[in-house]
Formats: sequence, C-alpha cells, structure tokens
Amino acid sequence: MDATILARIQFAANISFHILFPAITIALGWVLLFFKLRFNATGDGKWMDAYRFWVKVFALSFALGVVSGITMSFQFGTNWPGFMEKVGNIAGPLLAYEVLTAFFLEATFLGIMLFGFRRVPGWVHTGATVLVAFGTTMSAFWILVLNSWMHTPQGFELRDGVAHATDWWAIVFTPSLPYRLAHMLIASALTVAFLIAGLSAFRWLKGDRGPDVAAALRTGVVMAAVLAPVQAFVGDLHGLNTLEYQPAKVAAMEGNWETRGHVPLILFAIPDEAARTNHFEISIPSGASLILKHDPAGVVPGLNDFVGKHPPVAPVFFAFRIMVGIGMLMIAMGLGGAYFLWRRGELPRPMLWGFVGTTFAGWVATLAGWYVTEIGRQPWLVTGVLTTSEAVGPIAAGTVFSTLVMYLVLYALLLSAYVATLFRLAKKAKALPEGEGGGNPISLARPVPAAKA
Amino acid sequence: MTPFLPPELLPVVFAALMAISVLAYVVLDGFDLGVGLLLPQAADEPERDRMIASIGPFWDANETWLVLGVGLLLVAFPTAHGAILTALYLPVALMLLGLTLRGVAFEFRAKASTLADKRRWDHAFFGGSLLTALTQGWMLGRYVIGFDEGIIAIGFAALSAIGVAVAYSFIGAAWLIWRTEGALQRRAVLWARRALWGVALGIIGVSLATPIASERIFHRWFDFPNILLLAPMPVATFALIAGLAALLRHMPLPEDALRRLPFWGAVGLFCLSFAGLAWSFFPYIVPEKMTLWQAAASPESLSIILAGALVVLPIIAAYTVLAWRIFGGKAMDLRYD
Repeated sequence: MDATILARIQFAANISFHILFPAITIALGWVLLFFKLRFNATGDGKWMDAYRFWVKVFALSFALGVVSGITMSFQFGTNWPGFMEKVGNIAGPLLAYEVLTAFFLEATFLGIMLFGFRRVPGWVHTGATVLVAFGTTMSAFWILVLNSWMHTPQGFELRDGVAHATDWWAIVFTPSLPYRLAHMLIASALTVAFLIAGLSAFRWLKGDRGPDVAAALRTGVVMAAVLAPVQAFVGDLHGLNTLEYQPAKVAAMEGNWETRGHVPLILFAIPDEAARTNHFEISIPSGASLILKHDPAGVVPGLNDFVGKHPPVAPVFFAFRIMVGIGMLMIAMGLGGAYFLWRRGELPRPMLWGFVGTTFAGWVATLAGWYVTEIGRQPWLVTGVLTTSEAVGPIAAGTVFSTLVMYLVLYALLLSAYVATLFRLAKKAKALPEGEGGGNPISLARPVPAAKA
Repeated sequence: MTPFLPPELLPVVFAALMAISVLAYVVLDGFDLGVGLLLPQAADEPERDRMIASIGPFWDANETWLVLGVGLLLVAFPTAHGAILTALYLPVALMLLGLTLRGVAFEFRAKASTLADKRRWDHAFFGGSLLTALTQGWMLGRYVIGFDEGIIAIGFAALSAIGVAVAYSFIGAAWLIWRTEGALQRRAVLWARRALWGVALGIIGVSLATPIASERIFHRWFDFPNILLLAPMPVATFALIAGLAALLRHMPLPEDALRRLPFWGAVGLFCLSFAGLAWSFFPYIVPEKMTLWQAAASPESLSIILAGALVVLPIIAAYTVLAWRIFGGKAMDLRYD
C-alpha cells in the first residue's frame, strides 16, 4: 500500500476513535446540567444520584476524548503537511479559536465540576457544569466550521497557490455549516439518549431499580422519542444542501449512475464501479427523485457526470444505508419506548433488552454518517482547492504502517476497557453504600472546608 | 482583518506567545509527569492515590498548553510545523502513546474493580509519564541542534531525554512537598534532594554539549560582549540550585514553613533553562534552517488570531487562577460528590 492510503487509514482510525467520545460528552454535559437543575429545583436526591453516576461516565469519556484529540492536533502536521501549507491561513485561525475559546474553558472547569462539589458553593458548581457543557459545544462549533469550510469553501482567494482569507464571516458561515452543526449536535444527543437508556435498562434488568435509574431511563427514552424524528428531518435538509453543493457525493449515496428523472430509491444493491452499474438492486421506483426533488420525475445527477472526480461509491453507499437504517430503528425505539412509558409507566422486558442492545447504536450511526460525508468529499480534501494526495507528507510507508499498528492496538485496548468499565460501573452502582449512588440524600451534607493553602 | 501591527513584528509576537505556551506546558504538565515518574517510589496504594489526587483537578488544563503551543506553531508557522513534525514523526507518535496512557490511567484506575486491575493502570500511569518525558526530552535534543544526524546528535538527544525526565521528577517532588503532608511529604523531600543533583548535572551537561555540538550556538554565547552580558544567567541558575539544596536539607520545616518554595524554585530553574535555550536558537524556528519570518503565516491570519488571543488569554488566566484557589492547599481524596 502506498503512503497516502496508509496516512488516510491512520488519520481515519484516529479521528474515528476520537469522535466516539465527543459524541458523548457534547450532549452528556447538557444532560448532567439537566440532572443538576432538576435537583436544584426539586431537592429530590434521585437527580443527584443520576448526576453522580453519569458524571463518572462523563469524566472517563472526556479523558479519552482529550488524549485522542491531542493525537489529532499532531497528526494534522505529521500526516497532512500539505493541508496547512495550502490552507493554513484559513484552518489555522479556526483551530486557534477552538483552543482559546473551548479547550481551556472545558479543561479548567471540568476539574471544578468533577472534584469541586464539596469545595465550592452550589451555584459555582452548577456554573462550572454550564461552562463545561458550553465549552464542549463551542469546540464542536469551531471544528465543524473548519470541516464545513473544507466541504463548501468560500471567503478566500488563492495567491501563489496559497489560500488567503478575504472574508472571515463567509469562511465561518459556509452554506453547509448550519445543517452539519445541527445534524452533529442532534447525533450527539441521540448517542447519549441511547447510552443512557441502554445502561439504565441494563441496571433495571439487573434488579437495580432505584428512582434514579428510572429517572435516567425516562430521560433517555424521551430524548430519543423527540430527537430521532427531528434528526430524520434535519438529515433530509442536510442531504438537499449536499445535493446543491456536492452533487457527486449524493450520487454516490444514492448509487445513481445516470443523470435522469424517476430515479429509484435503492434499499439494497452492490455498486460495481468497474462496470458502472449496481447488482442485486432492490428499490422503490422514483423514490430518490421524490426525496431529493419532491417530484417523481425530478432529475437527479448521476455518477457518470463526474467520471474520475467522484468518491469511491461502495463505502459511501453502504455507510449511508447503515446510518439511515439505525436512524429508522432509533425512531421506532424512541416512539415505542415513549408509548409504553406513557401508557404503562414502565418498559416491557424485551424492550429493555432492546435498549441494552442499542446502547452504542449512536456510535455506529455517527461513524457511518461521518464516513458518508468525508469519503463522499474525496478525491478532495478541500473541495475544488486541494486533493487528499496533494496534502500527504513525505513519511515512508513503513513508518506510517508501524505507527498505524501501534495506534490500532492501543485503540482496541482502550475501547474494550472503556465499554467494560461502563458496564462494570452500571453493575457496581447498586452495591455502593448509602449516599454514593444509593439514593440517600445525606451525602449532600457539605461543604468540607478546604484546607488552608 | 487589517493587520494592526507591523507585519514584520507579528512573527516575533507569535514566537513569544508560543514560547510562553511551551514554558507553561513544561512547568505545569512537568509537575504532573514528574508525579507520574515518582509513582513507583510510593510506599503503598493510599500514598499513590494521594499523589495522583494532588494533580487530578489540574492535569487536563495543564495538557491544554501543549495543544496551544503546537496549535500556535501550526497556525502561525505552518511550514515549520510540517518540517518539525515530519522530522520528529516517530518520537511524536511515541509521546502521544505515552500521553494517552497517562491520561486515561487517571480515570481507569479510579474505576478499577480489583486491586490488581488498579495496579495495572498504575503501571500505565508511570509508563505513560516516563515515555512522555523521555520523548519530549529526546525531541528537544533533536530540535536544539537542528535535527542533525550522527552519533553526537543522537548522544545529545539521549542526554536531553534523561535530563528532561529528571527535571520533571524534581518539579514533581517539589509539587508533592507543597501539596502533601506527613510521611509522603518527607519522602518527597528525599526525592527532591536526589533529583536536584540530576538537574544540576543535566544543566551542566546540556550547557557544555550545546556549544560543542553547534558552532553557531558557541559563538552566540562566547563571543565578546555576549559572554559578559549573559554571565548573570548561569550565575543565577547555580545560585538557585545551591539555595534549593540548602533549603531541602532542612525540610520539612516546623509548621510546614516555606512549603511552596521548592516548587517556585523549580519554576525559576525551568524559566532560566528555557531562556538559555531560547537564546541559543533565536531567530530560528527550525534551527539552522528556517527563521521565524520565513515560516510565518499571512499577516491577515495572524492578526485575527492575535485579536482573539489578546481578549481570551486574560480570561483563561483568570479562571486558571480561580481553579488553583479552589484546589489550593493539601491534596484531599478526589470525590465526584
């Protein structure tokens, strides 16, 4: 394999591992704030118990996000030196603003949020929780600003082959940003909804039926019921935006080869890029035209208009179906779960096991979605400005390969340790003595005055 | 954005910002990593818990200075960033492995179900800290003399790797003197005494080796009148080391007097060493190959970052001080509630 492919696999492995954890912390920060505010408003200890359990998950996820994020900040330079040479004048300030306005904020107040409960007044602790949640969201904003610019670049001019900013407002607010940002924030919320519902269902099934577990389960299910349908709507808008600015990507998502009307919605097929056709196609007539053009006769662009300039079809095509499939499942489970909670006040056993099974469904859908949009941008790194192969560095393939193996082993170990730890925390939660998740508000006695410096 | 500083001044301002970030990083994460390096010296598990508790609320923010330092290199000197990081590809990868192990070990050891499991994460914590310290020292050594190949350059990098690890141990021990009490504090005084010898040897070693390894650096220090103007720096360094040695002989003092002093002394040593290195390679950003001005990004982009930095950095400083006040004093057990 050549160094470009290896550098791409290495960066993809790292960024895929990284996104798992922000996908949790972005929304979980706000859910923790919700638990904290419910406790402040009601004084009901169950909310504080829920907070205490989920803040541990938050802390662990945050640490994994930080370390993998640091790796990424280095890999921009080690793997893609051509990226910074060509568009560093645009990407640089955006990344700098992420560090300045988000990283320090979340990192500093995380310490207060995690360990400061007994050291600061309640309102300071609540404030720290707000700032951490705000920081993670700001971080998502800036990185999606940069990513959206790479998809739909504007507000710059090329001088001697180097991009120079001409309009920062245009650079920040590119046409794809609103859709991408909304889609990602809701994706994070859904990831957290199913994580909370899944682990809470697991605790419930294991006989850990405290009011805090019920409250968390209800929170997860209601979030899923509300947000999964909203996500389908936002995703559709995002797709229409992509059709306007990156038609080749949509053609690959739909597996459509010829530009024509009455394009079917393909449920399953095996795209064959060599023969430029699909095998084993199962489809709904005119479906894609209807979705993309709101007209069965609507003309949808095909891949043959972009020969040599479109992304690899199969990965985009399949990743898109995995994402949409999980999205449909999420809608069904969210609405079904909400129905049972509303009519019966509890979930039937099979449904509880269903939520356990989909604990990490959000991860799969989020990754699949990112593969659609990132592979869908190929062969470009920055659409129309810089190709991926132009940006790769001079590192020998062997060196990239050996470090790739190191990263893969490390990530496999950390990921299994992470999942095992979450389920162990869930199992252990009930065994905790009173006041450490055991439902006893006595642990709220505080504060122990800090020793004098 | 219209540049509001003369374009030729911007790279210097950014080099200064970057230097501040890197110095903040080596001091702040230096004591975290130093505590990690000292972990195997602890007597038992509660002592290890206490050592890690002393850095728990800080490490994440401390590490962010590295991201800012590298980020500034990336955004302000993009070509240098590419050149430096591709030259240091392998040590960077190993450092990232070390930082990852150290960072996740904080959380995993706190949630371990058995003592054996916890001990495994203790080892990861130590191993990660050691790997990070050694690779950072190695990269510093490679960087200072311009990524030369050959036996002298490699030997210099190895010396620098050990020197940085010892320096981190020293500032880590000094931190523990400030933040712990009882038997652990007394042990930390011992560790600090031993590490101080290593620091002194390391500073002498690097000070002698750098001018030998690089003719340009030799002239920078020893040509007249530089040698006279720069003399206060080594004099101050050795006065500080002698003072710290004398202080550590008598610590811990009654009523825990002067408990902060070893730490701030260590910070002073770090600043002096850093200043010495900075003088050695200014105005190069890639030593011997690329100056600040050759590597700088466009003035429009630097200006918009600077505007943001000037607004945000004081705010960051303010809430960092707040966090240090909240977690001031002796380390307590870390609890989420």
